[in-house]
Amino acid sequence: MNRLFRDDALKDIYNKVKKGIRLSREDGLLLYKTPDLNGVGRMADHVRRQRHGNDAFYVYNQHLNYTNICKNRCLFCAYAVDKDDDGAYLWRINDIEKRLMARIDEPVNELHIVGGLHPSLDFDYFTDLLKTVKRIRPTAKIKAFTSVEIDYLSNLSGLSVEDTISELKKAGLDMMPGGGAEVMSERVRKKLFPKKVPGHRWLEIMEAVHRAGIPTNATMLYGHIETLEERVDHLIALRELQDRTGGFSAFIPLAFHSQNTALSHLPATTAVDDLKNIAIARLLLDNFDHIKAYWVMIGEKLAQVALNYGADDLDGTIIEERITHEAGATSAKGLTRDDMERMIRDAGFVPVERDTFYNVLCRDGVAVSENGTTGHGA
Amino acid sequence: MKAIESIIDKIYQNVRITIDEGFFLFNHADLLTLAGMAEHKRFERHPDRLITFVVDRNINYTNICMSGCKFCAFYKTPESGEGYVISRESLHEKIQETLDLGGTQILLQGGMNPHLEMSYYIDLLKDIKANFKIHIHGFSPPEIAYIAEKSGMDIAAVVSLFREAGLDSIPGGGAEILCDDVRLKVSPNKCMTGPWLEVMETAHNLGMKSSATMMFGHAETPHHIFEHMDKIRQLQDRTGGFTAFIPWTFQPGNTRIHHPGTGAAVYLRVLALSRIFLDNIDNIQASWVTQGEKIAQTALFYGANDLGSTMIEENVVASAGVDFMLPEKELRRLIETAGFTPHQRDCYYNLL
Repeated sequence: MNRLFRDDALKDIYNKVKKGIRLSREDGLLLYKTPDLNGVGRMADHVRRQRHGNDAFYVYNQHLNYTNICKNRCLFCAYAVDKDDDGAYLWRINDIEKRLMARIDEPVNELHIVGGLHPSLDFDYFTDLLKTVKRIRPTAKIKAFTSVEIDYLSNLSGLSVEDTISELKKAGLDMMPGGGAEVMSERVRKKLFPKKVPGHRWLEIMEAVHRAGIPTNATMLYGHIETLEERVDHLIALRELQDRTGGFSAFIPLAFHSQNTALSHLPATTAVDDLKNIAIARLLLDNFDHIKAYWVMIGEKLAQVALNYGADDLDGTIIEERITHEAGATSAKGLTRDDMERMIRDAGFVPVERDTFYNVLCRDGVAVSENGTTGHGA
Repeated sequence: MKAIESIIDKIYQNVRITIDEGFFLFNHADLLTLAGMAEHKRFERHPDRLITFVVDRNINYTNICMSGCKFCAFYKTPESGEGYVISRESLHEKIQETLDLGGTQILLQGGMNPHLEMSYYIDLLKDIKANFKIHIHGFSPPEIAYIAEKSGMDIAAVVSLFREAGLDSIPGGGAEILCDDVRLKVSPNKCMTGPWLEVMETAHNLGMKSSATMMFGHAETPHHIFEHMDKIRQLQDRTGGFTAFIPWTFQPGNTRIHHPGTGAAVYLRVLALSRIFLDNIDNIQASWVTQGEKIAQTALFYGANDLGSTMIEENVVASAGVDFMLPEKELRRLIETAGFTPHQRDCYYNLL
């Protein structure tokens, strides 16, 4: 009797996984199509434990969404508004200072900074923003600006992508998040986000960023109109770029939230889909160190379960998550360190507080000295 | 590792596991190992990829309760003046709405209300049966034990009277944890383990069916969970009267127990182990009311074959600040997108 899989078709894939043989596009599709959720999960868990054992990472972070004004107005977004709309906002540098100072007593290690493509900011705003954060939080790492924003900033500054990155790096940029990738399908892009940079451009920018020594994450927005084939192709495109640069740190599947968007007729993603996207990413992205279960999008409960389906990172404590909550997310807006550690321990894993580059700050409640274990990704 | 492997072998060989073996798996087995065994047991018993549900409504005839359980956010004390007893008009309206929505049963439960006499309950049941063709799943064991004590009757007499008046089956509520050391801590005024089991055994012997529940994640230790399930399993060996087992987690909002709440991983471990441990109970129900629809869907891969009720109305868990709503259409979608076929059932798990 086969105790590992209900779907025998998974056996061949498992043989590859055990031997470390890279999975093909067809394997990826089979993984998406099988009803054997736990079979897929078991394989992903195998890979996850080979890489990370029982460790489950999180970061003490703060989100800053500096503006919701965006000229792109993608159909899947509930966050963006036009400049004259009610609720439109832009945080000036002194607003940013206030938000940072309001939490200055907390041990924030990472600032996650993303925003809309504001039509009338100049490049200095962005370098000032970074410098301000570095001044107020000198030891925290800044993870800021998606590939989409970098493309926009390059246009604003009149500088090449390389020079834009170089200027931002000088101002304090440590890392970039992986947002804005959506699904790299021209078909989907034309329908949902025609103004946003195309997939190949997103990849080109990421390649330049990696070559400039800035690591980034990567994402995929799923659960809207994309096909399973488009998902697999997206993951394979990321895997190919990673082969060339090694610059991706974590992959984060992003569950689409439709409320308050032009696609509000679409139902929420299901748990099966959420868990499968995590597990399949873990299996296909054999050259990525980390797979995140982003609790804001899939909920705290499922994110905890996802630690058994290939995820090794729960993202951050996050203070003031705005973007997904505009689209109807019912998760908390922030979790405390205790919440985070309890979630991880209750699932049978060891909580590891990390910095942006996965340097270990605290393992199982015990601080690790600066000269102690260091991670990778920097 | 060897110990785990030998227990796993027993499970695949259909040998019953002991309390200590269940407890050992709870502490040491990987989540997906438990899931795999629970799925195996589920498909052995129910080879079709069907997930059942019932369309019903929770009707709480009163919220006035003497029990004052520490985990409850629903009750009002008799002295508070804030309680209610449902009016006949409102009751009829709720039942008619249930029938109009395709409902087949009501879950009729209430507090241990000192102002209600035996005649109230008998009239209530007769009135419903006289006016509606609907299954009454009602009066959990603590209510029956309380009514028996208050009226100086024995449990068997009350169950018989209720049955004659129209009670069809008994919900497994109020079981909490069937260990008196835990009950004394969280619900000292409610019936202890003995009477709870006695009500069920009596009802089963009269030919009535019931469900069994377990509320965990409060004052119990994990070992209590297996003691609880063992008591259910033993009774089931004698009567075969339990249709389903429904584990659910304590919801700490608005209650007097300070507990951070039980996470999904522990819920799924317990759910899977209930499918594995309770080798004589047909149906294991996932609790979307306490877990939300994502974990309820995940639970279908942890041994659950039933999603309980669409719950046109639910008040008790909602008072603890947990408010998951799941209309039938959504319930069906949740089942279908997990690769299963939804099917409405009645209280006896007959397909409709």
